[in-house]
Amino acid sequence: MTGPDPTGTVLRPAEVLELLPQQEPFRFVDEILEVDEDHIVATYRYRPEADFYRGHFPGNPVTPGVILLETVAQVGVVALGIYLVALAGGRETVRRTVALFTDAEVDFSGVVRPGDRVTVRAKKVYYRRGKIRSEAEMTLDDGSVVCSATISGMGVPV
Amino acid sequence: METSEIQSKVVEVIGRYAKDKEALAKATEATNILEDLKVNSARLVDVILDLEDEFDIEVEDEDADAVNTVGDAISLIKSKLG
Repeated sequence: MTGPDPTGTVLRPAEVLELLPQQEPFRFVDEILEVDEDHIVATYRYRPEADFYRGHFPGNPVTPGVILLETVAQVGVVALGIYLVALAGGRETVRRTVALFTDAEVDFSGVVRPGDRVTVRAKKVYYRRGKIRSEAEMTLDDGSVVCSATISGMGVPV
Repeated sequence: METSEIQSKVVEVIGRYAKDKEALAKATEATNILEDLKVNSARLVDVILDLEDEFDIEVEDEDADAVNTVGDAISLIKSKLG
């Protein structure tokens, strides 16, 4: 048995957010509330000025499902993955790794309007050989579930 | 467990992820999982996890790395089943 890697780092939620590579206008995480080896909780408020609302749909803006799925992926795959990669190999390994979306199974069960705030709670299913899979749920502030997904991604060296 | 039984279970598991169903129907021990059966490389982890459940074995990452063909998977499972 080998002990924990001496270069491994336990990141605080704000440090994970800082290492998240996605930036405006394609960042869908405002705050990470909790993160550990097994789960993560984060929030995002959809900006009413986001460009996609102009077309989806004119006069009736609804957040596209693909954007909800991207939000879940940024939390449950990328951010949780950053925490796990840092835990095993430190910040430098995080900087040398890019997380790519590999597969998902998703259900949408509600509508998210511009300005709505959502909370994503994701639980790790497995993390092996660089691949992470999470089960995640997205809820509105009233507690209603708008999206549930099993979602996976893979860390690839850059 | 007979080799033929192991092989049919292995092919069934890989079949969940194989894009080339025709090649799957003709799979032999020499069949390459990624190239011949068109399994997405990111799905290899899922294949290994499913094989662990199917045969009630544990596969270390180093052993998993050596699996390229259907025959490799069968040999690995045989060695784990003892």
